[in-house]
Amino acid sequence: MTFLNFFISGISLGSIYAIIALGYTMVYGISKMLNFAHGDVIMVGAYICFYAVVRYGLNPFLAVAVAMVLCSVLGIIVEGLAYKPLRQAPSLAVLITAIGMSYFLQNTALLLWSSNPKVFPSVVGRGAFHMFNGNLSVSHITALTIIVCLVIMVALSLFVSKTKMGKAMRACSEDKGAAQLMGINVNATISMTFAIGSGLAAIAGALLCSAYPTLMPTTGSLPGIKAFTAAVFGGIGSIPGAFLGGLMLGVIEIFAKAYISSQLSDAVVFGVLIVVLLVKPAGLLGKMTQEKV
Amino acid sequence: MRSKTKYVPVPSKSILPERDAGRAPVLECIKLGITLGGIKAVEDFNLTVGRTEIVGLIGPNGAGKTTVFNLLTKVYQPTTGTILLNGQDTHGMDTRQVNKAGIARTFQNIRLFRNLSVIDNVKTAMNNEMNYNMVSAILRLPNYRREEVAAHRRALKLLSIFDMQSMADAPAGSLPYGAQRRLEIVRALATNPSLLLLDEPAAGMNPSETADLMDNIRKVHEMFQIAIILIEHDMSLVMNICEGICVLNFGHIIAKGTPDEIQNNPAVIEAYLGRKKEA
Repeated sequence: MTFLNFFISGISLGSIYAIIALGYTMVYGISKMLNFAHGDVIMVGAYICFYAVVRYGLNPFLAVAVAMVLCSVLGIIVEGLAYKPLRQAPSLAVLITAIGMSYFLQNTALLLWSSNPKVFPSVVGRGAFHMFNGNLSVSHITALTIIVCLVIMVALSLFVSKTKMGKAMRACSEDKGAAQLMGINVNATISMTFAIGSGLAAIAGALLCSAYPTLMPTTGSLPGIKAFTAAVFGGIGSIPGAFLGGLMLGVIEIFAKAYISSQLSDAVVFGVLIVVLLVKPAGLLGKMTQEKV
Repeated sequence: MRSKTKYVPVPSKSILPERDAGRAPVLECIKLGITLGGIKAVEDFNLTVGRTEIVGLIGPNGAGKTTVFNLLTKVYQPTTGTILLNGQDTHGMDTRQVNKAGIARTFQNIRLFRNLSVIDNVKTAMNNEMNYNMVSAILRLPNYRREEVAAHRRALKLLSIFDMQSMADAPAGSLPYGAQRRLEIVRALATNPSLLLLDEPAAGMNPSETADLMDNIRKVHEMFQIAIILIEHDMSLVMNICEGICVLNFGHIIAKGTPDEIQNNPAVIEAYLGRKKEA
């Protein structure tokens, strides 16, 4: 039963990674850049939620919705100000800009909200479901996280495969020039991708801080890096890959904490990543692209 | 051989096929030019294309043919000159706006969305026509369904021109080469162009595939009654299908005329075969 308990918390943690990883992978897919500021959007989302609930007494779910909208706007602004002017620039310049943007967001948060950790109120309280005569207990937030992740996954898959915006996204990620010549608004499509990714980051922020209730300006960075790892693990650019990578990373992390050593858990996680990339350099579900010479 | 098109002069000092003479031309390029890296890649390019004319753009490698296409589609902004599309100056427009205004193209090296299905490639090109927003897509409101169904029908209809409806759900990248070329033409047609640019449509095709392609281009021309400019090295295709031919060399037009005139033009022969050494 403890095994099952660990497994469920692993899936739950993995769900959060998966939601964040979706943002990395979608942005990478369309603009071939690593948006390292994505982790900090999670933190901003969590702060917005926190203040909406604590200071303005909003219903937690409404607060998440507000955070989603504001984070989407933030995502569009970040893309428009920092990345759009660099669209033709070498990828290294964009990468450095993304790192800079990450620090900018962190330090702005530090200025606005100070470094004192805030205790984040869980969106669904701290209760739990007890099953098998109390041998298995699943907290409400754990269950909610898994459900939310599944819903997002299904919705996003439908969006990408069934709607014109989703198809435009895929078209742009393959060939922006050709997409533009077919009448697709590439700039709007990229903005929309950032908006969706950032909106998801806000959800992830609320879920993350509900499960691990300390909120600081640096809260987003480690989960951000891990989710990025998850995206690479699953095959960056692939939406199912981000999902699979996130879940696996969460499960591996929790098992490593439980059965090996909690100090070593991150080392185990990244060790597994290295092994996977040695065997499948494009990630679990990633496609190898061959350059013709 | 197709019956020869009769050309007549029109007021704007150019000649058009007789059947198009009464209507404004679809495209007018006036003194078009571009400098790329200090080299005048295209200079003083003047071309008028009638409403339903098929024009061939030929010339040796590096003559600037694809550059002309890139200028027309605003992949490059021209340094000098004017492009009038359906009488409208395209100055300041970007690629997408030019597409909306009526130019669609295919590419020398196929640029399909390889991971999208065949039908999605076509529907992607209809993006401009579908007006539903994200909210109605998420809630699957009636206008989302209606527009998606309409687009699906139209895409299948376009695919059926080339008998490709059975491949609709296959990934575009998995299609045989010839079918990918045809799909590119279908995708371009899906944007409702008044001018279709075909960049080496017969590249890499064997003679029987080229013959099929010729039939297909004629079929498209007849069905849609649009103007077509094609870049091609296969002279049998060019001479068979094009009504007017424009020959480029080193970025300059060296000859313009009907296939017969071009075949006997000394400047063209020189550009292709070189000058006979004076004894």
